[in-house]
Amino acid sequence: MIMTYLEAIADGLRVAMRNDERVFMIGEDIGTYGGAFKLTKGFLEEFGPQRIMDAPISESAIIGAAIGASLNGMRPVAEMQFIDFITNGFNQLVTVAGTTAYRWSLPVPMVVRGPSGGGVGGNPFHSRNPENWFVHATGLKVVCPAFPADAKGLMMSAIRDNDPVIYFEHKGLYRKIKEDVPEGEYYVPLGKARIVRPGKHVSVIAYGSAVHMALEAAATLEAEGLDVEVIDIRSLVPFDEATVLDSVRRTGRAVVAHEAVLTGGFGGEIVARISEKAFTFLDAPVVRVAAFDSPTPFAPTLERAVLPNAGGIADAVRRTAAF
Amino acid sequence: MAKAKRPQQAPQAPVSSSTLSETERRELLRYMVMAREFDAAMLRLYRQGKAFGGVYSQLGNEAVSVGTAYALDTKADVLFPMHRNIGSHFVFGQDLDTLMVNHLARKGSQMRGTDGTGHYADPAKRIYGNVSHLGAMIPVAAGFVLASKMRGESCVALTYIGDGGAQVGEVHEALNFAAVQRLPLILVIENNQYAYSTPSSLEFACERLSDRALGYGIDGVTIDGTDVELVLATTRKAVERARRGEGPTLIETVTMRMRGHAEHDDFAYVPKAMLEEWAAKDPVERYAERLIADGVMSTESVKQLREETLAHMIAAIDRAVELPWPDAEEAFRNVFMDEVAQ
Ligand SMILES: Cc1ncc(C[n+]2csc(CCOP(=O)(O)OP(=O)(O)O)c2C)c(N)n1
Ligand SMILES: [Mg+2]
Repeated sequence: MIMTYLEAIADGLRVAMRNDERVFMIGEDIGTYGGAFKLTKGFLEEFGPQRIMDAPISESAIIGAAIGASLNGMRPVAEMQFIDFITNGFNQLVTVAGTTAYRWSLPVPMVVRGPSGGGVGGNPFHSRNPENWFVHATGLKVVCPAFPADAKGLMMSAIRDNDPVIYFEHKGLYRKIKEDVPEGEYYVPLGKARIVRPGKHVSVIAYGSAVHMALEAAATLEAEGLDVEVIDIRSLVPFDEATVLDSVRRTGRAVVAHEAVLTGGFGGEIVARISEKAFTFLDAPVVRVAAFDSPTPFAPTLERAVLPNAGGIADAVRRTAAF
Repeated sequence: MAKAKRPQQAPQAPVSSSTLSETERRELLRYMVMAREFDAAMLRLYRQGKAFGGVYSQLGNEAVSVGTAYALDTKADVLFPMHRNIGSHFVFGQDLDTLMVNHLARKGSQMRGTDGTGHYADPAKRIYGNVSHLGAMIPVAAGFVLASKMRGESCVALTYIGDGGAQVGEVHEALNFAAVQRLPLILVIENNQYAYSTPSSLEFACERLSDRALGYGIDGVTIDGTDVELVLATTRKAVERARRGEGPTLIETVTMRMRGHAEHDDFAYVPKAMLEEWAAKDPVERYAERLIADGVMSTESVKQLREETLAHMIAAIDRAVELPWPDAEEAFRNVFMDEVAQ
């Protein structure tokens, strides 16, 4: 069935809730209102207020309660109205959720999800891409889907997973990207990258919105005789190093792209792995394309200036190919 | 599920005869009308498709913003407003053009386009705007007056939070800290019955949010937020206490959010009867009527005030919306103070 990215996420949640009584959702305005982006529209009617729980504006209580419920047999999905508000629940995630398996050998099968990303005039507090904070935290799985089918499949896998998973949706993709999505139960494993577009000359490794920028760049570059391979890593933790290294060993050239800011971003980790494990295969230095190291500004002229785009990725590929 | 009773009606009776001068009373009405007509002008902009960012109406909150801010010394105290406090900005002397260029993030904004709406800081006007994260600025307001106190200066901080935002953990930490340090902080909890779509019954279970004051060992009171003179009198008492070194005060103002959370929200979840009930208690209309009844203003002068104010607001907004966007290069400057021209 053709679904938008938003519909596919909702479908994954709905199927998981129908199949498993232990799954419930907690968040702000997710019930009567159906969520700030209407992602949970109709959920309250189908599942009732116990399983679609409108919470007070208390992100650390929401996340902490999800941790507690998951220690006691449930599989909660906590929504952050905007992922930026995850900062208010940071301690619960980093200190409690991310250390529990290691200390107690007990599962914390919870998902924290919400809209991230810029490009929609969201202001500095509704535009962040904070995924890498949680990569560095240890003990948290981090998922960043780029396509509807993957979004559904990764959501269902995240809910079934026995570790805490932070699932970053990109709000700019919600209604922009559509494709055929398998009906019913559908699982995409965490930690498996996907070659979205095979190519011979340069590997572009990306996730989230940057995958779409990379595909647009690849289409432009095809006309210039450059055959670009685009890899969507889909999850940052676990990270599918093998698929990335295999690609780079074939092409000998790589560009790494994400919408999050450059310094301390996951791109640096990808480059380090390539450098450590595929150095002798490289014909050019690996180049990163990412946002400028600033908060995401509000005015459209400024926001456009700091965020990466297809043109920037195309330029990076050209430079890499010409090295 | 048994629910605690909600403070629909304010437990305090409004003051019957005014102790304010006629000038003060006219000024209170003028500021409230400014807030009211600012809303109307922003709504017009939104309907024209020219607004940028969310349009958060403060309709119904005029008496709270104006009555609280009016109790302060705007030259010495400090304002940490929230998203429905445009009236407070006006009382603190913010001019419309500065407000609008900041609000719409145009070239010349005090935030250079990096942020918008009421988030700006204007230290000269003693206004430090909010961030989107609810409650995040309350500890900051506490720290601001902590510094004043350390230097022996008299500075009271006035800040706000909603019935929803009051459930953020930082609010608790800030109040407790301010109580322990006896800081001159006034926190107004604007209970307008809804937090986005969430009714108070799903936000808190105490009968009054001001009950929490007891737990912090500070003064707390719940009042009718539609009565500007009551709001002013209550805040003045809190200001006096703060200046005497008696620490923070929690004031819960009960009102009704008369529109959606922002203009994209049709607020179908709010019972019509509730809106009708509160429409009858309209803070601006009621105060205008009161001033007319007391012979402080005439029907004609109120009408004229409203029309002139609206025209003024529309003109300022139309001027601002025609301004160019900031230059893209601004995006790459000032992440650190090293680059900020001093
Ligand atoms: C920490 C945090 N969580 C969630 C939000 C999203 N949000 C913005 S305003 C709002 C409702 C606020 O309600 P309330 O505090 O009652 O203020 P009101 O808008 O009613 O004046 C929500 C949930 C936020 N801004 N900050
Ligand atoms: Mg409210």
